[in-house]
Amino acid sequence: MSDLFTPMFLTTFIVGCIMGAMPLMIAAVGETIGEAAGILNLGIEGVMLVGAYVGYVVALSTHSLWLGMLGGAVAGAVASLVMLVLNVWLGLNQIVLGIAVTLAGTGITSVLFYQLYGSNTPRVPDVFEWQIPGLSMIPVIGPSLFSQSPIFWVCVLLVVAAAWALKKTNWSLSIRAAGQMPSSLDAAGGSVMRTRSQAVLVGGVFAGLGGAYLSLIATGAFTPVITNGIGFVAIIVTMVTNGRIIWVAAMSLLFGLSVSLGTVLQLTSLNIPTDVIGMLPYVVVMAVLVIFARSVYISPALAAPYTRGAR
Amino acid sequence: MTRSERPRWRRGVDIVVRSVLPVLFALIVGAIILWALGKDPLTFYADIVANGLADGNWQNSMVLMSPLLIMGIALIVVFRGQLWNLGYDGQYLLGAVFAAGFGPTLTQQMPPFLAYVILSIGAIVVGALWTLIPAWLKARYGTNEIITTLVMSTIGIGIANMLIKGVFQDPNVVTPQTAAIPLDAMLPFIPGTQVNIGFIVAIVVALAFHVILTRTSFGLRLDVYGSNPKAARHVGINSRSMVVVLFLISGGLIGLAAAMDMLGQWGYLRANWNPSYGNEILPFVFLARLSPLASIPFIAFYAVFATGATIASQQAGLSVDFLMVIVALVLVFMTITEYVGTKRDLGQSYLPDELKDAFRRPFASMTRRTTS
Repeated sequence: MSDLFTPMFLTTFIVGCIMGAMPLMIAAVGETIGEAAGILNLGIEGVMLVGAYVGYVVALSTHSLWLGMLGGAVAGAVASLVMLVLNVWLGLNQIVLGIAVTLAGTGITSVLFYQLYGSNTPRVPDVFEWQIPGLSMIPVIGPSLFSQSPIFWVCVLLVVAAAWALKKTNWSLSIRAAGQMPSSLDAAGGSVMRTRSQAVLVGGVFAGLGGAYLSLIATGAFTPVITNGIGFVAIIVTMVTNGRIIWVAAMSLLFGLSVSLGTVLQLTSLNIPTDVIGMLPYVVVMAVLVIFARSVYISPALAAPYTRGAR
Repeated sequence: MTRSERPRWRRGVDIVVRSVLPVLFALIVGAIILWALGKDPLTFYADIVANGLADGNWQNSMVLMSPLLIMGIALIVVFRGQLWNLGYDGQYLLGAVFAAGFGPTLTQQMPPFLAYVILSIGAIVVGALWTLIPAWLKARYGTNEIITTLVMSTIGIGIANMLIKGVFQDPNVVTPQTAAIPLDAMLPFIPGTQVNIGFIVAIVVALAFHVILTRTSFGLRLDVYGSNPKAARHVGINSRSMVVVLFLISGGLIGLAAAMDMLGQWGYLRANWNPSYGNEILPFVFLARLSPLASIPFIAFYAVFATGATIASQQAGLSVDFLMVIVALVLVFMTITEYVGTKRDLGQSYLPDELKDAFRRPFASMTRRTTS
């Protein structure tokens, strides 16, 4: 066991942890904003895949990871237009639409990927690791946490900004009113449709970014179904954390931890099946749900379209 | 004119049109996508017919149809109660692991028929048990079943993979998979065809649930519960036991579908293999308006389409995931058709008032002070 905890090992471990956590965290923040406004976006998996694919294509053609991330964010917003128009505007069933978006996103990215890059998978440019002066000299966390790409820090900043916006702004009051009692927002003169539209778009941008982070920063290339269920994990994280970004971050780190543990344990002689480790976060979530079932509050307005005057 | 005043045949025509239109639209848009990808849509669709129907290929489609149909019925039962069992993948794989794991030994040690019954019942129990926690949480605390079934599904897939790589691993091969059930020990064919008797089981299940859902008091109580749980409590329906029963039936049927699939079609289970039948048949269950009887033609259509398209996309050099795009398109067009149809029936405008307002005065929000 003693050879397990060398600084080198811990550094790899933390890097893996961040890689696993970040895409989930970004996407889950987007999902949190959506759910706060009453949109249960089951299509987030599809939106992430579209973001990941478009980000990959843009980064390959422009040789810039920044533009790739931007492309992913824009693609995420475009992909969430389906939800925006059909659910928020016309009031069609969110769950059916969400599944449709997930299927369409998975299918079309896979088809296009095989069409364009089927035989060889080019890799995007390498991530520039920004050694923060001073801090990067600290052992273990220096070469791991403080040597991340600037994109990482921008994403962290976005998450913090979202946490702040959901707590301190008037906008967040509208969002939460739209999610908990849309009729009250309507009566107060706000627009449920506009508020929810904004939430869906912002959620789409975050989901797209999360996908792009996955393909560009975490893995360096797109592969079909690269998300492998992270979108659904994001939905679960959102449900359990009940709209508090700090807990979203904590849960995402826990998830990243288990992902990293799975990779790292393969390098060691310990013989724990990877399936067990992959399952752990879900078992934890389920245990939380069972134990705190009484207090997991889910708004009755979630996933319900709002029609003025309807009861 | 309201819906009930119209002549019966007009309503019938309406329902058929509304069910077929989404599929047509999806195929048309699918053709446009194919054309954009530089493939010939007509050749592609002709290939689907050739590989899904012609030259006895319809038998392959029917083999695929048996698990799809049973799974469709499983979804219909919960959806009628307005409950979302989205954990079908985990329930399916756990049932499949049971059938494929014990199949090779059990079919050798006892009369095959007895083995089929035991394996099917085992798979049913496993599938049903896997819905128990979400069902109990929903019944007791109203915890959102979409989330709990999804989480349980992921755990179930993990356990299934562990079992395949662990206790059920075929010692003779390197790839992680279960030992195969000997070909002569698999479900017998319907005489004169290459279709196993799982197909008959599926049809019987569909017919039985048609009777249960439309001709029994349980079916009536289920419909009352589904249309309004509060009203159901007023007329003395125990909503808690209703939730649990619906979930158990659903999970059990998914287990049965898995058993039929393993015993009839595959014979063994490979790790990390997940056919996701549930996602694929979802739109067709809704197009059939949650009627077991009506779901038979729809799922038959999808089975032919899936069987044909899998080969057709390989021939066209296309990813098989193109199927998913078509399914998603059917879902989207289905909701749109439904929306337009309902609005027309009610004589309402196609756009909500608020939206029209927004289009009429796009910049109203900028000039007027709002509370948001």
